[in-house]
Amino acid sequence: MDLRRPNRPVIGPKVRQVGFVTPDSAAATSSSSIPAVSAAAAASAGSPPSSLSPVMIPPPRHPSTEMSNPHFHPVGSYNPSEQILGSPPALSPSRSSRFDADGSDFGGDDDESVALSGVGGGMTPKSSLLMCQPVTKTAPLVSETRKRDSNASKGKGEGPSAAPKEKLTKAERRATQEAQRAAKAAAKEAAAAGGAPSVSKQPKPATKPATQQKKDIPSGSGPLQPLAPSGSIEKKQGKKEVAAPHPRMQFDDMTKVGKLKKRAVVNQSEARNRVELFRHLPQYEHGTQLPDLESKFFQLDLIHPSVYQVGLQFLSDKISGGNARCIAMLLAFKEVIQDYTTPPEKTLTRDLGAKVGSCVSFLIECRPLSVSMGNAIRFLKNRISSLPHNLSDKEAKSRLQSDIDRFINEKIIIASKAIVEHGVSKIRDGDVLLTYGSPSVVESIFAYAHGIKKNFRVVVVDSRPKHEGQGLLRRLVERGIHCTYTHLNAVSYVMHEVTRVFLGASSVLSNGTVYSRVGTACVAMVAHAFRVPVLVCCEAYKFHERVQLDSICSNELGDPDAISKVSGRKDLNYLDGWAQNENIQLLNLKYDATPSDYVSVLVTEQGMLPPTSVPVIIREYGIERLWT
Amino acid sequence: MPDVSDFILKLQRRRIEGSHATARQTAELLRSVVSQTRMPYTNQAASLLDAVRAVGEQLIAANPVELAVGNIVRRVLHIIREEDLSSSAVSFEGLMISEKSDDEDDADQKGGPVLSAAAVAAAARSTLRPRSLQTLLEDGPLPAAPSKSSSAGDSEGKSKSDKSAVGKRLKHSVIEAINLLIEEIDDCYEDISEQAVEHIHQNEVILTLGRSKTVKEFLYAAKQKNRSFRVFVAEGAPRYQGHVLAKELIQKGLETTVITDSAIFAMISRVNMVIVGAHAIMANGGVIAPVGMNMLALAAQRHAVPFVVVAGSHKLCPLYPHNPEVLLNELKSPSDLIDFGEFSDCMDFGAHGGAPLMHVVNPTFDYVPPNLVSLFITDTGGHNAAHMYKLIADYYSADDLVIKRKSTSSN
Repeated sequence: MDLRRPNRPVIGPKVRQVGFVTPDSAAATSSSSIPAVSAAAAASAGSPPSSLSPVMIPPPRHPSTEMSNPHFHPVGSYNPSEQILGSPPALSPSRSSRFDADGSDFGGDDDESVALSGVGGGMTPKSSLLMCQPVTKTAPLVSETRKRDSNASKGKGEGPSAAPKEKLTKAERRATQEAQRAAKAAAKEAAAAGGAPSVSKQPKPATKPATQQKKDIPSGSGPLQPLAPSGSIEKKQGKKEVAAPHPRMQFDDMTKVGKLKKRAVVNQSEARNRVELFRHLPQYEHGTQLPDLESKFFQLDLIHPSVYQVGLQFLSDKISGGNARCIAMLLAFKEVIQDYTTPPEKTLTRDLGAKVGSCVSFLIECRPLSVSMGNAIRFLKNRISSLPHNLSDKEAKSRLQSDIDRFINEKIIIASKAIVEHGVSKIRDGDVLLTYGSPSVVESIFAYAHGIKKNFRVVVVDSRPKHEGQGLLRRLVERGIHCTYTHLNAVSYVMHEVTRVFLGASSVLSNGTVYSRVGTACVAMVAHAFRVPVLVCCEAYKFHERVQLDSICSNELGDPDAISKVSGRKDLNYLDGWAQNENIQLLNLKYDATPSDYVSVLVTEQGMLPPTSVPVIIREYGIERLWT
Repeated sequence: MPDVSDFILKLQRRRIEGSHATARQTAELLRSVVSQTRMPYTNQAASLLDAVRAVGEQLIAANPVELAVGNIVRRVLHIIREEDLSSSAVSFEGLMISEKSDDEDDADQKGGPVLSAAAVAAAARSTLRPRSLQTLLEDGPLPAAPSKSSSAGDSEGKSKSDKSAVGKRLKHSVIEAINLLIEEIDDCYEDISEQAVEHIHQNEVILTLGRSKTVKEFLYAAKQKNRSFRVFVAEGAPRYQGHVLAKELIQKGLETTVITDSAIFAMISRVNMVIVGAHAIMANGGVIAPVGMNMLALAAQRHAVPFVVVAGSHKLCPLYPHNPEVLLNELKSPSDLIDFGEFSDCMDFGAHGGAPLMHVVNPTFDYVPPNLVSLFITDTGGHNAAHMYKLIADYYSADDLVIKRKSTSSN
């Protein structure tokens, strides 16, 4: 890693982009001209010529990737179909920059942006600093677009606020911009000097690239700036350094929690009896935020109503399940983009990114993001920042909206159809299939298998406190599928008759760990003990390069009161008033991590894989997935 | 006998909860059965055995899953055999044997479980075993009664007055011994919880599932010895007895965290020891326990957490389990799991060719195989799973293992 670092500024994003912005044939020839790459690799790289061409070999995320590169190509070649779904060649130039941006942004979605959300992601101050030169050059263009905006945006959100500023002259505007930038830079430097020692958790890799970028970019980027979208340049710089996922927000870190509190929209009061083991997770009193938030509805001018609505639905658990939450969020963002108009002196890419960032941090306050949502946000932010500057607002917006639609369609809907087809092939007549909770993909597998007249029986295992299985049970019975319903404790009783276990997943981590609804690990363990194969069905967009060994380091805590009350059992009131006693804590975990050795096969749209192949999928399609 | 049928009804309707209460009440009932049995002049032990066996068979049939009933019936049968043996031995003049039986009586009086068990076992081995083995070869299914009759016949041969005294003494001593048994059942908590400090250290994190009085007393005892430790209680759906246990524990100032059963796997990696109660311990060391225990035991094994079962000796069952998940289990009402009103349309028997599409399974017990259990703590100390059969041989005589066939053949 360190060896490579000095090279990068030299090769630099610009050099690569110059090479690739010229016709695509150049890429193809260059790839074939390098003998080191095997023929198979070249072939596999062929369809999107950029994806694996030697110059563009995706930067390794770990030092070890260099070693495994040979192994890397064959794996890519076994699914050429995926490449067709993949990015069109035209988008190739900034691919690598995208790659990096996701690394930095992703950390942002999860926690970092909570702290930094006000400025729309960690990179913004730097980018604004770097943008000094280009902005002056592109100023006419900006003003043009702004004019169009102001025309288009009558009566919409920012219209009134934008109107008075319109009267400034160009020079004045430039002056104010310069001043703002200077102020920001000064503030940033002050923060870097003063803040770093105090915030002990500050990740080392994140601080390094920042300093490096400052040095690199002014030197070479000046002339090339107009060619490349500026947003991607400095992100490209940070790429390898941010390879490891950002550390998550740790809620036992008082300084960070303090910062978070200051900008929080949702006022959550801390639960009184916090579980010691989970100090690092937010433990709020549930049910207190909702009325408060509702009353704030008319004050929250920053948050778009549709995001607000989705946030409330997350908060009150009206929408749950990885796919449902992800789709709801993306649709809300679509509306945000629909109603968005670029404020006068800003560019769409940056301002919209910031806006989305603030929406995301609002959603995080409502409920921590799932990995699937994090990946979707990563995708969206990349799309935003990679928009060409010369696009009109309207075009940009429609492009983003169609991007979102495509993401939902390809990564979620078509992917789950592909999973259904793979999954059904593993159902034989006479099977007894067990599932836990209410995974949406598994449900559609059962429905499809029933539709093609497979003869099987389903065991629905359920658990407290959400009883999601009851909904699944009802839907399956209505379809006419024979079902057995039981609770999690009885899983060893029913496992004797079960021939396959189908489970869903919230995400699959790089070490093969399946992070899913709490209790999934128990089911998988019992199935493993009874030698029953476990199939985990999960769309590839839920894969993540994070690793996790246990369910404690990162998790989500639900409402503890849900444990003390048992629905439909009025007689069980032993724990009423538990909050008064400091000796008792109720722990309502939401997720757990299933070790990879309990998983027989992962069913994804890429095919059926052993859990050990997860890092390969992430590396091969992680890039690609951001490009769709 | 009215109280027998009363008790049978209670058992059939599952009115008696918990093996401790069942064991105690069974012992009390059998005591009254013994005391009400009219003693014939000859073959007294055999008539007692028959009376107890007849009642025992009905009790076991009333609730075959409640193994404590059968355990106590067999214990009482064993007591009768032992007492008969010792009384006849007293009537003999053999010095060695009488000494031994005195010893045994003393041990029983004291109620010291270890000593009495050992002594009884020694006595059984030295005197009873060879004879019963011999008769087993001779008579097949009726081994005990002839041996008893022969010994009784011997004493009868001596003199009638002596015999009637022996008869009274037999009944009396059997009732005495049953009283001791009841006492032992009551005291098992103390005997078990005395060992708590040997197993729980400072700052330990203990996980338990559901509620067991034995576990509660065990934890209390450790707390009383000023060990401070933390307890995770899995609530134990669908009975949610874990809530009760949590409430009881916090009253004693124990730091308690209630978790859902689904979080067991997530939390077990941070747990030092799993301590659970049991419904019954089988002769192979397997455990019949409240539902969910197998899952917990598997999780404990995965993370190499010691899985400790605490149980009184009345839960030791001399039977070997066969397909215990099904045969030693009981399916409860689905209303614990789902709301009838909500799913009434799905449970329509008329809709799909007479069989409903939906079944709800709500078993009561789980079977934990012996290889998942690290340690048994009974009132006689800690034991390995592989050692349980030996412990059981001390409490029961081999002739009583099958109660039903015996009585049907005699009827």
